[in-house]
Amino acid sequence: MPYKIELRAEPSRRMAIAAPLVATGATLIVSTVFFLILGLDPFLTLYTFFIHPLTSMNGVSEWLLKASPLILIACGLAIGFRANVWNIGAEGQLIIGAIAASGIGLFFPWQDSVLLLPMMVIGGMLGGALWAAIAAFLKDRMNTNEILVTLMLTYVASLLLSYLVHGPWRDPNGFNFPQTALLPYAATFELFDYSYRLNTSIFFTAVVVVLAWVFMERSFLGYKMSVGGISPAASKYAGFSASASIWVGLLISGATAGLAGMTELAGPLGQLSSQISPGYGFAAIIVAFIGRLNAFGIVLGGLLLSLLYLGGETVQLKLGLPSSIALIFQGMLLFFLLASNFFINFHIRKIEVKVH
Amino acid sequence: MELLISIFVATIIAGTPLIFAALGELVVEKSGVINLGIEGMMLVGAAFGVWAHFSGIPMIFALGIAVIAGVLTSLIFGVLALTFMTNQYAAGLALAIFGAGVSAFVGRGFGSTPVQAIQPIHIPGLSDIPVLGEMVFQFDPLVYFSFVMLGLVSWFLYKTKAGLALRAIGESPDAGHAIGLQVIRTRYVAVMFGGAMAGLGGAYLSLVYTPLWVENMTAGRGWIALALVVFAAWRPRRVILGAWLFGGMTILQLQGQAIGLKVPTELLSALPYLATIFVLVLISQNRQAMILDFPVSLAKPFRPKG
Repeated sequence: MPYKIELRAEPSRRMAIAAPLVATGATLIVSTVFFLILGLDPFLTLYTFFIHPLTSMNGVSEWLLKASPLILIACGLAIGFRANVWNIGAEGQLIIGAIAASGIGLFFPWQDSVLLLPMMVIGGMLGGALWAAIAAFLKDRMNTNEILVTLMLTYVASLLLSYLVHGPWRDPNGFNFPQTALLPYAATFELFDYSYRLNTSIFFTAVVVVLAWVFMERSFLGYKMSVGGISPAASKYAGFSASASIWVGLLISGATAGLAGMTELAGPLGQLSSQISPGYGFAAIIVAFIGRLNAFGIVLGGLLLSLLYLGGETVQLKLGLPSSIALIFQGMLLFFLLASNFFINFHIRKIEVKVH
Repeated sequence: MELLISIFVATIIAGTPLIFAALGELVVEKSGVINLGIEGMMLVGAAFGVWAHFSGIPMIFALGIAVIAGVLTSLIFGVLALTFMTNQYAAGLALAIFGAGVSAFVGRGFGSTPVQAIQPIHIPGLSDIPVLGEMVFQFDPLVYFSFVMLGLVSWFLYKTKAGLALRAIGESPDAGHAIGLQVIRTRYVAVMFGGAMAGLGGAYLSLVYTPLWVENMTAGRGWIALALVVFAAWRPRRVILGAWLFGGMTILQLQGQAIGLKVPTELLSALPYLATIFVLVLISQNRQAMILDFPVSLAKPFRPKG
């Protein structure tokens, strides 16, 4: 074989930066081929997908609006992933967070209290954290795989949501639509401009990004958790607690997912319905990996995935393509990213073939 | 009595797609690889099966196409996890998302159009025996095929040299490599087998069980299959027990709705997921049983030295 795969002496910084770009480029190339096969003009389609949504103020507002929950959730997930704690049920924690927040918003007796919104924020975070705590308890005390538990609880959460909006919480004046009454004004976030849906909840996202960065890169607990993720044996030897990693990883990611559910509810949606999230909890896993489990990388990853959602909606609206294309792009992007990560630690070298 | 028989029969049928998918994943995990993308591969199998069926392809070939689609999907995971040595959890999750997208794309347009399902067999004489005939000799061919696959997988893993090699690789790929076993090649074959079985399980849902295409019709069965492998503690024969248990949960839930239990339907629908958690907790208590057949190298990327 004239080529050989070799381990690099140390990870390549250049490839670490190039990998997401290579992955995005490869996704674009494959989608061009895909559109050609479907008989679509690839340039028009790609333009409609990736550029057109950002050509208007409303588009930019929607772009940031959708990126916000993705970034929120991914910051929490990254903390767990670094410690090898695999919370893949953020979607369920998001739903429970939204349910908790909307319960407070709908049934708190003083509907115009300035305390309403802060209470919903706390309620949403607690709701998400509690839902994740079930998995943490079962993992820590009962040795039960958290991947499976968080995922199964996601199905349970969406059934609970469906029960509430079809049953006891359904708006009696809502023409039988599966949704609650609109939240009172005091239970929603302020808009920056009445023409657009972008709201002040993005400040929460900004704060969470900074906090997550500090926790992961500058705190001792964050460091201990990372050691536990890379080498459980070394971490045990140093006396770091594995069960602390499990609890912290799951509770933080549950809380950020719950907060994301709350900001969706009190932001663009304004009421609880069975369509609370277009899979943000799952897409955030991709965001966390694209961001290389780094808080600022996650911001970029969130913006990219948000553009995929937005582009998916735009091609559906303008070109009549099914919205499932966005999911295909999401998966493909992660495939290429994982593959190009390979070149951070390895390189391919040509071997001189000796001719005797 | 009639009711009991019909619950029994329905349970076995509901367990069949789980048996296929879980048996496939069991072989994958025995080789030391964990593919979380079963849900995606099942969906792709289900969608391509329906696509083939509505393209006028005979049923047996439609199943074949679903199997091939499952294999091709699993190869994406294989290339990432085995050749590029990526994090297997991330690659599997990407596959689950990708598969959901591809299946929704392929299946669009076939939504809710009923499929001419594969019919139960009828063996003159045997199928007509009262009770026993109904309970044993009136299933569709794929139910019997799932038992055949169970036997084959058990036989392969524990009675053949290749099966021993696969298990050895799952325990210690380095040792396997040192004695000349083809670690990467074996794992590729295992991953492809997992894809084939998941594709077949998905096609069983869309061509026999439901039988029509609905977006995301697997409804978590791919993840439950993953849980079943843990439940089975990596021993093939226990897969079938788990599959029937969850099949039974699905049927109880439907029966509960049918007789109009005064319980919200959503709570009944949540039963299989809650039962999965419950059973996982129970089985995870017995730590010794959990490590006895556990493939030690599971989810660890392997790179041949030298």
